[in-house]
Amino acid sequence: MLELKNISYEVTGDDSKEILKDINLTIDERFVAITGPNGGGKSTLAKIIAGIIKPTSGRIFLDGEDITDLSITERAHKGISFAFQQPVRFKGITVKDLITYAVGHKISTAEACEYLSEVGLCAKDYINRELNASLSGGEAKRIEIAMTMARGTSLSIFDEPEAGIDLWSFQSLIKVFEMMHNKAGGSIIIISHQERILNIADKIIVLANGKVINTGSKDDVLPGLLADGPGCSKLVNKL
Amino acid sequence: MDKITQDLLEQVAGLHEIPAGAYNIRKDGELYGRNVSANIDIVTKTDKPGIDIIIKDNTRNESVHIPVIIAQSGLKESVYNDFFIGENCDVTIIAGCGIHNGGKDASEHSGIHSFDIGKNSRVKYVEKHYGSGEGTGERIMNPQTKILLREGSYMEMDTVQIEGIDSTKRETTAKVLDNAQLVIKEKIMTHDKQLATTDFSVDLDGENSSADLVSRSVAKNESHQIFKSEINGNGVCHGHSECDAIIMDNAKVEAIPALTANNVDASLIHEAAIGKIAGEQLIKLMTLGLTEEEAEKEIVSGFLK
Repeated sequence: MLELKNISYEVTGDDSKEILKDINLTIDERFVAITGPNGGGKSTLAKIIAGIIKPTSGRIFLDGEDITDLSITERAHKGISFAFQQPVRFKGITVKDLITYAVGHKISTAEACEYLSEVGLCAKDYINRELNASLSGGEAKRIEIAMTMARGTSLSIFDEPEAGIDLWSFQSLIKVFEMMHNKAGGSIIIISHQERILNIADKIIVLANGKVINTGSKDDVLPGLLADGPGCSKLVNKL
Repeated sequence: MDKITQDLLEQVAGLHEIPAGAYNIRKDGELYGRNVSANIDIVTKTDKPGIDIIIKDNTRNESVHIPVIIAQSGLKESVYNDFFIGENCDVTIIAGCGIHNGGKDASEHSGIHSFDIGKNSRVKYVEKHYGSGEGTGERIMNPQTKILLREGSYMEMDTVQIEGIDSTKRETTAKVLDNAQLVIKEKIMTHDKQLATTDFSVDLDGENSSADLVSRSVAKNESHQIFKSEINGNGVCHGHSECDAIIMDNAKVEAIPALTANNVDASLIHEAAIGKIAGEQLIKLMTLGLTEEEAEKEIVSGFLK
């Protein structure tokens, strides 16, 4: 179970801005979707959970333990995984290397195949490829998801996993989430704008302007979300 | 074979024992072992230190190992190795130098290699430089490589210096004739107060000649690297050079490219990038459970792989 208590995050300096304002959340459902307009603080919140950003104030608890002061690595060892919105590219580090780090021990091609096939990639085509700029955005994104799957932790955060994924359907992505949950239990947090992903959520959190403006089951939250639309009426009419 | 010799041979030539095929092992300025084959002859020079390696026409799938080992502190030598490679060959040449300096005096090896590569031959040339030893004496290597690629020939030169060399100046010059191709892959890591200078100069003289020079380096601590590359396009040719460096700590890296097109059909490109390890790369690996130090190590070793 993940608990966020009074989490605030402020950027100081010339462009000082309060990005998150007193966030209080409890996450112990199977699939939790965080949605809301761009710039609302969703990715910042995910980075705060993973330890990449330190909150200005507030505390974070994982299964009752205060992890606010733990590093990224320590949180990874406690069972937090984070799939980036923009996969990072490396010169010289292969897909196999990365899956090996994620699993935590040496793996065979057959084992890597288990993860890569779930995201629609053939291991023998990809295992020895470097995760460099030669891979397309969609390929890199699927590998990012496979890595997170390979970690098999009890809390996984996906930042817009559907972005950049083309032929490989949402349905497969949803199957990945289900499989991960069956294997590791715990919670999967998915930042998404996609109705089909929101539809599988056990809980939806709507974050706008740095605040939680709504939270609840999809039946409670989704109808309002779709009716309100993302912006002004002129924009909505064009969608 | 003693332990130091064995370690150095393994580091520079990947050898666990005496190799198969032709070889010439030089240790502390003297011949340590030699073997010739039906197609590959090795002859000691009479006018200066060094050897001639003569490879007959049509020699295929053979290799030559010519490692140099210096285990004696304070030894300084210049060695001239000339390769004469016939036509239609396909050979692998493994050179390299290992210095173990356990004393206080500087040990220095300057290997001056020349290659005359016959028509339509393919050569893979692997060169590794490595230093070890607890002594305070410097380990210095100044390799020079002069290459002539005749019509339709191809050479790939893989040159690696990963650790232990205090000072190095590497000069490589090449002349590439019609339809010939030169590929150089250089990997360098410097640490502490080391200095490494690389100086490539390639003349693309032939029609449809090409050169591809790629250098990847990591500069740590107080070390200093200088990468110079000069490509002269004198005909219908294609030249590309690339210098990609990771800079760490208080190191210094200079990249000085020069391209000269003397012909309207010369196509020449240079790319250079110097920068520290991207923060997001470290963060990604840390989210997979690696510590910052482990992440840095993996990124550096992957980069130089």
